[in-house]
Amino acid sequence: MTGGPLVLGIETSCDETGVGIVRGQILLADAVASSVEEHARFGGVVPEVASRAHLEAMVPTIERACREAGVRLDDLDAIAVTAGPGLAGALLVGVAAAKSLAVALGKPLYGVNHLAAHVAVDIVEHGLLAEPTIALLVSGGHSSLLLVPDVTHDVRSLGSTIDDAAGEAFDKVARVLGLPFPGGPHVDRVATEGNSAFVAFPRGLTSGKDMARHRYDFSFSGLKTSVARWVEARERAGEPVPVADVAASFQEAVVDVLTRKAVLACQEHGVDHLLIGGGVAANTRLRAMAQQRCDAAGILLRMPRPGLCTDNGAMVAALGAQMVSKGRSASALDLPADSSMPVTLVQA
Amino acid sequence: MLLLAIDTATSAITVALHDGERVLAECTTVDARGHGEYVAPGIAEVLTKAGRAAADVSAVVVGTGPGPYTGLRIGLVTARTFAFARGVPVFGVCSLDAMAHQAWLEDASGALGQSCVVATDARRKEVYWALYEISGRGVRRRSEPMVAKAAMIADEVRGLPVIGRGAVLYAESLGPRMGPLDVSAGALADLAARMLAAGQTLPEPEPMYLRRPDATPPPPRRPALP
Ligand SMILES: [Zn+2]
Repeated sequence: MTGGPLVLGIETSCDETGVGIVRGQILLADAVASSVEEHARFGGVVPEVASRAHLEAMVPTIERACREAGVRLDDLDAIAVTAGPGLAGALLVGVAAAKSLAVALGKPLYGVNHLAAHVAVDIVEHGLLAEPTIALLVSGGHSSLLLVPDVTHDVRSLGSTIDDAAGEAFDKVARVLGLPFPGGPHVDRVATEGNSAFVAFPRGLTSGKDMARHRYDFSFSGLKTSVARWVEARERAGEPVPVADVAASFQEAVVDVLTRKAVLACQEHGVDHLLIGGGVAANTRLRAMAQQRCDAAGILLRMPRPGLCTDNGAMVAALGAQMVSKGRSASALDLPADSSMPVTLVQA
Repeated sequence: MLLLAIDTATSAITVALHDGERVLAECTTVDARGHGEYVAPGIAEVLTKAGRAAADVSAVVVGTGPGPYTGLRIGLVTARTFAFARGVPVFGVCSLDAMAHQAWLEDASGALGQSCVVATDARRKEVYWALYEISGRGVRRRSEPMVAKAAMIADEVRGLPVIGRGAVLYAESLGPRMGPLDVSAGALADLAARMLAAGQTLPEPEPMYLRRPDATPPPPRRPALP
């Protein structure tokens, strides 16, 4: 298939400057410049450092995406950009760049929701979404369970984290274990050598009472503290910390709750499609357990490849292309960047 | 020649078109927090007012600050991206220079006197500032732009007229006030057009932040056990 609108998408909600180009459902380019190394020594993303990096990376990344895709900017049908949620100053750089492209090229502009874009990216990987789909989005900034009847304009929230995002818990536990930032990939790596049943860490919001009040919500703060206490108790006793076993046990607790609630949401809503996205969806244990549980429950699981799970411009372009295809009207040129854009608002 | 000028280093979000001789259109909105919203509509508006198309723009010039970072970056990324999209050059001009130039334009008799100061709002009770000499022939900057508490520079600039919002915000330390409060893209374009006509090389469109990002490595982890 070669048809469909040609859309360039810009993503700057956190520390990745992403520019992707999609034609219809085909990914043509996915250029990403990351400032993650500049944040490592601060143990977390520093907003001003990220914003400065976005400014410097923006034009070179647009240029690289055009070269990769073999298209000229004048050929584009539309520009799409992450309008929120995310770091305010970082979002503004991408939104300003997208508006500038729109006005310089005379093309329509679509300001879109970052979370809906995490869902839409799988279209360039596995084709159009089943409608509705249940989506589990997990990253350093968000942990949400969504019911998605139509990713271009109808996204409903079933639940989300009531404290830390899943990726945040990975970062914090990595620090406790003396692993580098960002924690996700490092915990994943060392956990492969560990025994996931070594410590039975708590599964947040899964007790009977919590399941009544927070059926599809998550909580990772208690788990993180519990890991820290366990490690400190070992250290105080002068015993070595079995890093791989603790990492594996912690990861198992996170992944168990995420997949259990996602499968439950599918069953209780009569939806037989589950999509998993966001940076934590690159976690190998999450992918394996989700596959196992979906297979057992007769649910069709869709997961973009790990490179498309982390933040990128392709996801924004993919959602933009769907909006153009479905005839949605463009956003206004004065659209604001909205750092706390609600997940239910697909377009700004 | 059609020069598109943009500045977001002060409270004004300002865009202008200049044909090398004069300002064809200018659009300025004063809103210290609205930089993200008004720049692109401002470009569309000046193009419409001047009856020109984006494809007619032959160069872009942008105020490089110094100015509050979030707003400053919006002008820079807009200018760089527009220039890239149209395949035209993009230059930078110090935003404080543009304000001094405007004061000179508005009082071309040269009655301004020899020296003056441009001082703009740097937030955190500080100003971005530089010293200028304004004569009948034009403006010359005598110091590199810096950031400082207004009270700290009061002695150094005592008695000199002050251009910019710093004179209003810190009247007890700076003044008398004169000239514009914020940047006008029309004045910025005029300055850039004169520099280009004189064969001068304009600076790169690089932001003048003057401060490092506020970032410190995390403190040691607090124990989770009592
Ligand atoms: Zn994300």
